Amino acid sequence: MNSALLPWSILLLPFVAAAVIVLFTKSWSGLSSFISVLAVLASFAGSCVVFVTPDIQALELTWIDLRPILYVPLGFVLDDLTKTMLLLVAGVGAVIHVYSLGYMRDDSGKARYFAALSFFMFSMLGVVVSNNFVMMFIFWELVGVSSYLLIGHWFERDSAAEAAKKAFITNRIGDFGFMLGILMAWVATGSVVFSEMNQQLTRITSYPDYLTVAALLIFCGAVGKSAQFPLHVWLPDAMEGPTPISALIHAATMVAAGVYMLVRVGFLFQASPQALWVISWIGTITAVMAALIATQQNDIKRILAYSTLSQLGYMIMAVGLASGQAAMFHLFTHAFFKALLFLGAGSIIVMLHHEQNIWKMGGLAGRLGITFLTFLVGTFALIGLPPFSGFFSKDAILAIASEKDRAIFWLGLFTAFLTAFYMLRLVVVVFFGKPRSDKARAGREAPWVMIGPLVLLAVPAFASGFGFVARIFVQLPAEKETDWLVPGMALGAGLAGAILAIVLYRNRQSDPIALAPLRNRFYFDELYSFLIRATQELLAKLSAFIDRWILDGAAIRGASTATWGIGSLLRLFQVGNLQAYAFLFGLGIVGLIYFTIFR
Amino acid sequence: MVTLGHYLIVSGMLFTIGFAGVLLRRNIIIIFMSLELMLNAANLSLVAFSRFRVGADGMPNYNAQVFVFFIITVAAAEVAVGLAIIVALYRARQTTHVEDISTLKF
Repeated sequence: MNSALLPWSILLLPFVAAAVIVLFTKSWSGLSSFISVLAVLASFAGSCVVFVTPDIQALELTWIDLRPILYVPLGFVLDDLTKTMLLLVAGVGAVIHVYSLGYMRDDSGKARYFAALSFFMFSMLGVVVSNNFVMMFIFWELVGVSSYLLIGHWFERDSAAEAAKKAFITNRIGDFGFMLGILMAWVATGSVVFSEMNQQLTRITSYPDYLTVAALLIFCGAVGKSAQFPLHVWLPDAMEGPTPISALIHAATMVAAGVYMLVRVGFLFQASPQALWVISWIGTITAVMAALIATQQNDIKRILAYSTLSQLGYMIMAVGLASGQAAMFHLFTHAFFKALLFLGAGSIIVMLHHEQNIWKMGGLAGRLGITFLTFLVGTFALIGLPPFSGFFSKDAILAIASEKDRAIFWLGLFTAFLTAFYMLRLVVVVFFGKPRSDKARAGREAPWVMIGPLVLLAVPAFASGFGFVARIFVQLPAEKETDWLVPGMALGAGLAGAILAIVLYRNRQSDPIALAPLRNRFYFDELYSFLIRATQELLAKLSAFIDRWILDGAAIRGASTATWGIGSLLRLFQVGNLQAYAFLFGLGIVGLIYFTIFR
Repeated sequence: MVTLGHYLIVSGMLFTIGFAGVLLRRNIIIIFMSLELMLNAANLSLVAFSRFRVGADGMPNYNAQVFVFFIITVAAAEVAVGLAIIVALYRARQTTHVEDISTLKF
């Protein structure tokens, strides 16, 4: 195949699959899922080829050509960053497609699910390969739409429909800022193509305030997509979707889009220290807050969701500390172990007949052996136990934090402690002790299509952190070999959290600690719903009042009532008596004569 | 001496009588006759105008008289149509009284 067309086919194959499913094969769910899986496997194969081909170029099409004002190509950027992301997105996507075959095998909306999944892959690959802001923004929005479709897959359930709406609207808030930021950056640099913007950057560095505002607005997009404080509220609710979606959205793709975008346009942020400061603190706040909340959640998927938030906080923190490499490194390892954890949770949930409360589980280590082992790998990677992958990437971020900002470093360390605490709490409660419900007693191992991806993901979750492995895929931040203080402290914090969790939660039947603010997620949902009531709903009520009483009542119904009233008044003259008409006619003539002649 | 004013007064009186007949009488045929009276009142005033409006050459203005002939012709046609309508109406309703014919309303 012509190598210039290869990137296009990677991008378009999932889209074609989605279109074919929606248009033709919707009623054959087996065929539909087959098409979808085939497309994503082909995309993955293509991504592998792209990854190993140096200096690959893609065909660039012109979309809008209004030079010198605006030039929007449909083009690909295929540097190392994109190649890694391509591999990651297509790879994790492929695993999740296969896993979905098992997870969704009895679902009535299977064809629809796979169509949406393929569409999501298309959008996400689009975000990764776009070489300009306009194209990226369009795919960015498509990601939002397809995640809406996927989260709301079980739309018959009110909670799923609500969660889908919440995710979409929250994302839109961030995206609005993103759009404004893109416009500001375009106005200043005169281009939307990343490479040209980078060259023209000197045109705005002399206006630091303008640059800071533009950078922060662009960051808003990442805040929405990567679910950072204060727009993090959608991510835990997005757990209403099928578990493979939780894994897909949380692991490699949707939430990583924000971090990827920040790294992609890192040159904009590097130029603005104020923006970087805000970004690093938003990341830190998210990391600590989400970890705190995760310690008190009881839903297995929600714990993992908050854990994702917290890890994304780490990545954003790294971006804010001007180390895109550390952020990408953590994104890379996190994609594997978090997808692994979610898929592990998914197979537990399926085998326990959709039981998600960890206090209804227990003692699963024996019966779900492979799930347990792979879950353990994911957990160790997440809490940063050497030599699992998370240890290296988290250490890279903490090392940078310790150099640049001590406060962030200590908070990051505290988060590492919390991470170990909530993950061990999860593992101890779910896998050890006695089964706490009949479902847990009857649980057995999942089928091979679900176990296979787990084993497949466990390998990179374990090994992707080693320098010699990771260096193939991502640029690693420069390491100082001699410094053992930071990794030692991180490990100590992790071990302390782990031991505390094991001591506290061993052989418990219910949660021994109850902290209401943490359990209620710091009341963010309540706060937001209050704010919405106080502002938006008030406005809505006012608009409804104006619409109902002033527009509808006075203007429209008033006009019709007036016409009708005058008509019925005039109707009184229509008596049907010929002579009355003649009399009125004569009266009219007399009036006419009076007014024309005597006035 | 008889002036234009006298003719116009007579014409006006004829018109008023005709109009009063149209308004007050109940029988359609009588109303019809009153209408003819009103037309002829107009004819009378037109002829009077013609007689009293003498041009520089000593001749009256004949335009008005031609007008009168037209009115007489049209009135004859109108009588034919009108009487036909009345006959048709009578056949349909067995009445020639206007207060019985009042269905043309809302």
